Amino acid sequence: MEKKYWKGVEELNNSPEFLKHRNNEFTEHLPIEESLGIKASSITESTRRDFLKFLGFGVAAASLAACETPIRKTLPYVIKPEDVIPGVPNFYASTFSDGHDYASILVKTREGRPIKIEPNDLSPISGKGVSARVQASVLGLYDNARTKKFLINGMPASKDTLDKEVKSKLADIAGRGGNIRILSSTILSPSTKKVIADFTAKYPTTKHITYDAISNYGMLKANELSFGKAALPSYHFENADVIVSIGCDFLTNWISPIEHAGQYGQTRKVNKDKKTMSRHIQIESNLSLTGSNADDRIRIRPSEQGATVITLYNKIAAKAGQTALSGGNSAMDAIAGKIADELWNAKGKALVVSGSNNINEQVLINGINMMLGSYDSTIDLDRHSNMKQGNDAAFVELVNEMNAGSVAALLVYNSNPAYTAPNAKAFADGLKKVELSLSFADRTDETAALCKYLAPDNHYLESWNDYEPINGSYSLCQPTIQKLYDTRQAQESLLTWADIPVASFHDYIAEHWKGMTPAEMSFDSFWTKSLQEGTLVTNAPAKRTLSFAGNVNDAASSLSNQKSSGEVDIVIYEKTGIGNGSQANNPWLQELPDPVSKVCWDNYFCVSPKLAKEKSLEQGNMIDVKVGDTTISGPVYLQPGMAEKTIAIAMGYGRTNAGDAANNVGKNAYPFISVVSGSMQYWASGALNKSTADDYKIYTTQTHQTMMGREIVKETTLAEWQKNPKAGNPDVLIETPEGKQRPKDVDLWATEAQPGFERPNHAWGMAIDLNSCIGCGACVVACNAENNVAVVGKDEIGRSREMHWIRIDRYYSSDVTKENAEEKHLGQLSMYGEMEKPTVENPKVFFQPIMCQHCNHAPCETVCPVVATTHSSDGLNMMAYNRCVGTRYCANNCPYKVRRFNWFNYSESAKFPYTLYSESERMVLNPDVTIRSRGVMEKCSMCIQRIQSGKLTAKKESRRPKDGEIKTACAQTCPTNAIVFGDYKDSSSQMLSMFKEERSYWLLEELDVQPSVFYQTKVWNHKAEESKKEEVKA
Amino acid sequence: MSIVESDLRPVLITGDKTMHQITEDICRPIEGKANKYWWMAFIVASAALTWWVICLSYTIGVGLGTWGENKTVGWAWDITNFVWWVGIGHAGTLISAILLLFRQKWRLSINRSAEAMTIFAVICAASFIVSHMGRPWVAYWSFPFANQFGSLWVNFNSPLIWDVFAISTYFTVSLVFWYSGLLPDFAVVRDRAKTKSMKFWYTLLSFGWSGTAKNWQRFEEMSLVLAGLSAPLVLSVHSVVSMDFATSIVPGWHTTIFPPYFVAGAIFSGFAMVQTLLIITRKVLGMEDYITLYHIDMMNRIIVLTGSIVGIAYMSEFFIAWYSGVEYESYAFINRATGPYWWAYWSMMTCNVISPQLFWSQKLRRNVTFTFFMSIIVNIGMWFERFVIIVTSLHRDYVPSSWVMYHPTWVEMGLFIGSLGLFFVPFLLFTRFFPVIAMSELKTIFHSSTSQVKRQQKEDKKGELING
Repeated sequence: MEKKYWKGVEELNNSPEFLKHRNNEFTEHLPIEESLGIKASSITESTRRDFLKFLGFGVAAASLAACETPIRKTLPYVIKPEDVIPGVPNFYASTFSDGHDYASILVKTREGRPIKIEPNDLSPISGKGVSARVQASVLGLYDNARTKKFLINGMPASKDTLDKEVKSKLADIAGRGGNIRILSSTILSPSTKKVIADFTAKYPTTKHITYDAISNYGMLKANELSFGKAALPSYHFENADVIVSIGCDFLTNWISPIEHAGQYGQTRKVNKDKKTMSRHIQIESNLSLTGSNADDRIRIRPSEQGATVITLYNKIAAKAGQTALSGGNSAMDAIAGKIADELWNAKGKALVVSGSNNINEQVLINGINMMLGSYDSTIDLDRHSNMKQGNDAAFVELVNEMNAGSVAALLVYNSNPAYTAPNAKAFADGLKKVELSLSFADRTDETAALCKYLAPDNHYLESWNDYEPINGSYSLCQPTIQKLYDTRQAQESLLTWADIPVASFHDYIAEHWKGMTPAEMSFDSFWTKSLQEGTLVTNAPAKRTLSFAGNVNDAASSLSNQKSSGEVDIVIYEKTGIGNGSQANNPWLQELPDPVSKVCWDNYFCVSPKLAKEKSLEQGNMIDVKVGDTTISGPVYLQPGMAEKTIAIAMGYGRTNAGDAANNVGKNAYPFISVVSGSMQYWASGALNKSTADDYKIYTTQTHQTMMGREIVKETTLAEWQKNPKAGNPDVLIETPEGKQRPKDVDLWATEAQPGFERPNHAWGMAIDLNSCIGCGACVVACNAENNVAVVGKDEIGRSREMHWIRIDRYYSSDVTKENAEEKHLGQLSMYGEMEKPTVENPKVFFQPIMCQHCNHAPCETVCPVVATTHSSDGLNMMAYNRCVGTRYCANNCPYKVRRFNWFNYSESAKFPYTLYSESERMVLNPDVTIRSRGVMEKCSMCIQRIQSGKLTAKKESRRPKDGEIKTACAQTCPTNAIVFGDYKDSSSQMLSMFKEERSYWLLEELDVQPSVFYQTKVWNHKAEESKKEEVKA
Repeated sequence: MSIVESDLRPVLITGDKTMHQITEDICRPIEGKANKYWWMAFIVASAALTWWVICLSYTIGVGLGTWGENKTVGWAWDITNFVWWVGIGHAGTLISAILLLFRQKWRLSINRSAEAMTIFAVICAASFIVSHMGRPWVAYWSFPFANQFGSLWVNFNSPLIWDVFAISTYFTVSLVFWYSGLLPDFAVVRDRAKTKSMKFWYTLLSFGWSGTAKNWQRFEEMSLVLAGLSAPLVLSVHSVVSMDFATSIVPGWHTTIFPPYFVAGAIFSGFAMVQTLLIITRKVLGMEDYITLYHIDMMNRIIVLTGSIVGIAYMSEFFIAWYSGVEYESYAFINRATGPYWWAYWSMMTCNVISPQLFWSQKLRRNVTFTFFMSIIVNIGMWFERFVIIVTSLHRDYVPSSWVMYHPTWVEMGLFIGSLGLFFVPFLLFTRFFPVIAMSELKTIFHSSTSQVKRQQKEDKKGELING
């Protein structure tokens, strides 16, 4: 029988009394009514009015609760990965190389997502910084236009099916002796080359053809002819006192631009310990970034370039006691003579480079450098560069073979000839005749669209790889994220098809690197160390004595035939942002203003105002430019500094299969390229006609070109500066009743000495050396990535609403200055009118990075009605986004115009399908930086998140932050180290010592806003006699 | 019985009106039906108001990106319209406060509608303050109120906060002044009311006015006190508005002349707007006997005076810009007159300085059509003045790299046109439901300034001369 328990003796008794009260909670009488003095029933009963009150309250409460900001829930790790600490970034050493650019990098990952590229300062090649294109490459990982599956005839297919089909076809083709071709851009990876070799071993009819969209074959061939070595040298601009660059944009676009920019920056720096700087002469046709930085710039038409090189050769040959060559450019005789004098005087410390892809011209350049003794000082052919290996002749032959139907299989790796090839149509036609056409592209690009198979390659941030950019200098690439899509690294695909059983390409590389292990190390520790450092330099190769064997006479005679065959010459140039166009779908790069024209989201024909006048063209008019049978119509952009009868257009635009951001942006200029005397020629002659098409709007971030006689960028000459370190930068003085005084000495505001303005711990600041800033825009992209800056698209750029926190202002000089206005008999009105016009022929170009100046007497702070922008005790001007009501008074009152307003909800509006909005691209956002909502103001915070984390690191170790430990994103990426971040309170900081130099000045000092950021005067290294001339003029 | 007043004082009420006729005339629009002109105006104004609602909703829904402002020009039509409307409001206060203190009797026919204009103009102005904010839903943060946002407070250094106080004080005082003046007139309408609903509403509106001597004594006292309170506001409000600009560092804004110059400009545009409104009102409502050519003449005199003050201010700015030797300031003014927005500057000069000079001629001052035309011109000119100050100063300030052009969008234009609806709809309702002339106060000059009294006086004087 079941046991029974009783709650009490009452239950046991079970009396009728108990049963009656059993269900009442309170069996005793509670004196509620007595104590309240009302009937109990009136408490529980509600009247109609009460009901309405409750209803009203309920509805009001419910609707108030509904007003809450939506809450997005996140899940914490259930099992935390070992290496991931939420909120703490991990850095991995890796390498960017896309066959065009190279950089050894650190990849910053947060919670497993790569979000930022930073320079790997251990790298001897790109240790100083990274370029805009490399900075932007991380966004490519999240590009939604990437192919997410293997494709056969454009239809998704399984990897196995594709492997099976490809393998059987390869076996079949190889079996019957059919030609297999692998077409790629330059491959820097020794392991990849080994993979291709292994593949070739399996399918012996395979041949590897290297083709670069922007080729340096002319140099390779010239070096083969001159020195018997078909390689590019590595350059040492840092050793050069005189740099003569002939049509060569070496600072952002040529062979190894990050390396060159770093070296160049070194030579441009001057301070109290280094009183000299390099002299840079640029001879070019269109105004390039490099040309903008030159001390002297000489304009020639591209068709005259060969002859000019002959003239220069002859002038130097005369000094070196060598025979003169026939031909030359008589118009350049005097100038070439002067240049030759300078070069000869700097013998052994001189460098002549040419951007031409013409074999003959490069032979002569080699000859010049040989005479000048540049080899082994400014040029190193032993540690040669592998950056460019494209073989134009081989590519031309391949297209011919394809059209002849003798290529049975074509595997296209990291190359897009259907878009970039000089005769893309011939390539496309030929491709139709190829039985097995396969692309490894990461998207269905122009070439992949024509191929039968698409075996998408991993993004480089998902890949293993090794690189040897310079002979004996290696670096590794490691994955920083699991593959996002169903892709496979091209090397693994090739190994699979070659039936080589390797678990992953990692093992294959490791195997290859085993042979490189130094004797004193175990492979494991060598491998780990190499991976951690990301870069490895082996012992210098044995020095070879160079003997010049180039046939300069033949070269000169064929160069002499180079003539313009049309009414205008057209330069096909490369833009700093878009490059060869492979990253065209990157909104950061599209929105990066071109350093010289400041145009975003477009290419255009650069036409000099003079030529435009002759042809009665205006900015935005459409013109048809005809070269041979190719006609391209595009808009006119009035560009000062162009050579006579020369126009220019950038490559990399007019893509059709790159993705939403790039498709149909600009015009494709590649068809203007032709193969001339064995190599691709990046200029052409043709005719220009005004088109009947409607005008086109070109949008720039800077609509005014000159400084209007204001001391915005202060300048001086080297000679002046050597005499007087304050040259070009006299103190700003304002009239007061007590005589002239510096603005800071007649201050109504509380100053540092007074309470409320002391900086108890830090006073952050930034130095910007205008002499070493080359204007490349790497900082702009770095800032975009670090601070989640919105990309706003072309239309909004047209409304002057770019969101960049840092911008690089570019000014041209004007013919009329305040000093010469009187001479020219100009009144004040016409003077200002004339000063708006930049010098047409050959303007001086100034670059000036401007971000929030973090004024200590900030005009923005006083006018905010709601105290949304305030000053920190370490000298930063801060924004509280959540407090901002958006009156925009702060932006109006900012003399530097660095404040940016959120005109739209960029993160939630489909009108802006870029980084903040796109589901996939959002993964690149930095979790440390708030996404700003619509209606609030934002601006440079001096990377406050980095400062904060640096301070915390130091605090944990009970020390002060060391100088250089904290770097803003812009300062960190700057390849020339022109931006230096530091603490005024740290006596050892580099920034502080720069501040004390005489070249330092505050922008708009007369306003006495006391910025934390300061600039250093631009110093031009004009020739002594020229600067004397200027002195007389002044 | 008549109050002896100098012959030189003009007749202020023509048409030999009796007390009863005055009441009849002024109450007629309220008690009768609206005519077709009123309905036409009301339909147009309502359409404009609807358009304003649409443009405002679009702005708040999508963002300020729907306007044409940009990184450099952060204020344009929005603040132009704001200052323009605040300026228009000024005439009301000037008429009711300053002219009261100076015992200018001619103000009595016009003060009511001028004050109404002030109220509605300030509402329009306030609408632009709110709509120009990036986040108008948190506009209330600009008031210092107890809060739990981490005890955030407003920035008393910011001229925008001064503005908040200036405008809200101004609005409150004007409203109270206007409404208290309306009490005896409401009581008149109440007492004459024939329908139940009119009786009910005007009883409510008249606050139980019974017309006792005590009522009148308090009424007079309060009028005086409020006039005393609002007299400084005439000077202070637009001075504070001008400090939105003057305390900044923008060349062209940073000018000590701004407060008096803005006040003069405000009165200038305010009187022009009063002219516009009254010339229509007197015609449509048949008030020619109360708003006489003399009234129009007097207002035109103020217009020519203030217009000239403004003109001198423009020239002083140029002189100081040159005399200071400051690069940025001199350029700002050269750019105003000769830069890309030269047409705005010269429109302003023509409308504000040159054309009002025609009012030196009495013939033109007393020409109703010409006055109406000029009143429109002056208001166009004053709109351009604010546009010139705001946009041409901002678009080219210190760093030439950031110099840009500004182009308005249809939304901004729509908000401006719509704000005219926001103004005219209540104003038209006012003319239908409120006595447009302060009749009770007007009657205080019945014994001194009506046409019959003046005639009688003349005759008496003649008689005296003959007899003497």
